[in-house]
Amino acid sequence: MTRLLPYPLMALALLIMWLLLNGTSAGQLLLGAVIAILATWAMRSLGPSKPRIRRWRVIPVLFARVFVDVIGSNIDAARIILARGGRTQPDLVHVPLTLRDRTGLAVLACILTSMPGTAWVEYNAASGELLMHVLDVEAEQNWRDLVKERYERPLMEIFGETSE
Amino acid sequence: MMNAAGLPLWAALLTSFFLLLGATVTLIGCIGLIRFKTFYERIHAPTMGTSWGMGAIVLASIIFFTVLGSRPVLHEVLIGIFVTVTTPVPLMLLSRAALYRDRTDDSRKLPGSGDKG
Repeated sequence: MTRLLPYPLMALALLIMWLLLNGTSAGQLLLGAVIAILATWAMRSLGPSKPRIRRWRVIPVLFARVFVDVIGSNIDAARIILARGGRTQPDLVHVPLTLRDRTGLAVLACILTSMPGTAWVEYNAASGELLMHVLDVEAEQNWRDLVKERYERPLMEIFGETSE
Repeated sequence: MMNAAGLPLWAALLTSFFLLLGATVTLIGCIGLIRFKTFYERIHAPTMGTSWGMGAIVLASIIFFTVLGSRPVLHEVLIGIFVTVTTPVPLMLLSRAALYRDRTDDSRKLPGSGDKG
């Protein structure tokens, strides 16, 4: 099984992408599957780290949470730009992260970048400390808690670091 | 050939709503780019365009072509996924470059380098 499908998730994602682009039919399903499997074989020589997803159920919860938060963050940023003429108290905030999984960190970077209120600036892999820029700091501790409680914890559950 | 006039009213309203929403959000982001004064503040403005600006326009496109073609057209979702996944890369590159510049210039109060350890 692992010989035929070294990266089952990636193969599945490629197949879905193929079907979305070309339309769903039996022929496309077959062709897409063949291409997806061949592409994952090619990826094997690159040897990317394989994410181990432990808890699938947390993913939709996190997704919905991010979806709602992005809307809120957009409204906040729009208000700052239009009503306050861009006058804010921007600041850099240090967030000590416990999350070490690379895929998890990548997802966290995507989440923080998608929010207009926050931007990922720098991550120190040795100390696990994230430096992020916040558009409007009211209380630094609140932002730290927001990142740790709302996003880091579900990510750690998904990528299964709590058990280690 | 698909005819836009054949679109039912509710779909037309939904499509226009999301299209205008996306365009407005992106426009506000661009205004922010001008109004903000420092580089770090400016990083935030364009992400409005890549989050809900892009999202709403993609949604409008999905509704429009799904109703017209009377079958689900979902490949726009791929645009959303790829924009979301690729935005952090140039953004981190730019902000790290700015951070490096400011640390070397010593022009403003900045936290110490994360790479020193």
